[in-house]
Amino acid sequence: MSKETDFFLRRLHSLLGVIPVGLFVAQHLVINHFATRGEEAFNTASNFMGNLPFVFFLEWFIIYIPLMFHAFYGVYIAFSAKYNVGHYSTFRNWMFTLQRFTGVFLVIFIAWHVYETRIQKALGTEVDFNMMVDILSNPFMLVFYILGVVSATFHLANGLWSFCVTWGIAQSPRSQKIVSYITIVIFLILSVIGIQALLAFV
Amino acid sequence: MSEQQTATATKTVVFDIHRQDTATSSPYVERFEVPYRPNMNVISALMEIRRNPVNAKGEKTTPINWDMNCLEEVCGACSMVINGRPRQSCTALVDQLTQPIKLEPMRTFPVVRDLVVDREFMFDSLKRIKAWVPIDGTYDLGEGPRMPERKRQWAYELSKCMTCGVCLEACPNVNDKTNFMGPALMSQVRLFNAHPTGAMNKDERLATVMGDGGITECGNSQNCVVACPKGIPLTTSIGAIGRATTIQMFKNFFGSDHQVD
Repeated sequence: MSKETDFFLRRLHSLLGVIPVGLFVAQHLVINHFATRGEEAFNTASNFMGNLPFVFFLEWFIIYIPLMFHAFYGVYIAFSAKYNVGHYSTFRNWMFTLQRFTGVFLVIFIAWHVYETRIQKALGTEVDFNMMVDILSNPFMLVFYILGVVSATFHLANGLWSFCVTWGIAQSPRSQKIVSYITIVIFLILSVIGIQALLAFV
Repeated sequence: MSEQQTATATKTVVFDIHRQDTATSSPYVERFEVPYRPNMNVISALMEIRRNPVNAKGEKTTPINWDMNCLEEVCGACSMVINGRPRQSCTALVDQLTQPIKLEPMRTFPVVRDLVVDREFMFDSLKRIKAWVPIDGTYDLGEGPRMPERKRQWAYELSKCMTCGVCLEACPNVNDKTNFMGPALMSQVRLFNAHPTGAMNKDERLATVMGDGGITECGNSQNCVVACPKGIPLTTSIGAIGRATTIQMFKNFFGSDHQVD
């Protein structure tokens, strides 16, 4: 890989994190929230999403390919940094570190999550409300899923901040601070939606 | 000798200095106890050790090697890591530091000996980004365009950069796994692209920072702006270069025939 292409790959990584991966995560958490309305509502929503027209195309081009590029290039980014929050314990340096830490954790979490749901579906298991009840009946898995959801919402919200800085939208310290506040609100809202949905299965 | 002077003469300052005899030999830590003097800085303590190179165990040793030049925090030569943070040793006052005072070279750069590092990487990067205003020609080019006074005042803040390397040392993304030129260089691109004559080559500088080791290596940890001894708005410069490269990228991609303006 030529070093000259890094600029385009990294900008692509930044863009794909928001569109489509970030939008997909938000959509996924919102659909999950049907679980709070009961088993039937969740199964109806899940069937609707799972039986969209062109679902194979949508899955590959909106989820798998962008997500895999974002994940694998992200792991490379995470392992090329020399972390120093010990000496610089500023808010932004913590965000920098947590962004990479949650990113690597999410690769593990999502791999497991996809194996447990989408791959099981391909092997013939029914993906429905009861499947999630089964998975989350294990307290260890419940904690693992809560960590996964919170990591994803954090990574998305903080990623939106660095997207704004990377692309030159928020340039001054004041604008960057305002974007920080907005992304904190996004993080809190999406986390509540995600955790409420998880707890609905318990 | 007055009573106060006797009291201060017996007081000592303890230094733990990370030493390295050659560029390739393994580093080790040597402790020194230096007689305290009021208002001393790290450099005056290093000079004291040089005058009497005896370590805390009372053994005779070699004097410490370090770089220095202006002694007023404008040249950047005496930068080193003091109690974990990179800064200039000339303005590091002993009274404000926790003891034992730990001195380390800025290991982001190749260590030459003891606290001396080779910052040539930064000077090479300055050449790569063309950190100058080209005025040479085969004939007298005359006066350049005027710079608005308020813009000059703003640009002066960016021009305070002394290439000391502190922001590179503080940056998590400047290391041997990346080629990142560092925050200071991004700010220099902004400085020279803001100059009315320098702006005539702004697409060349942007092309360089869109290449190897350029702006894209920044991970926005924003340590640089905290570390900079000159208070340069490095993260604002990085944001500005982010915006300029975004625009340049679209110009390049969609094939605009005017790359500069």
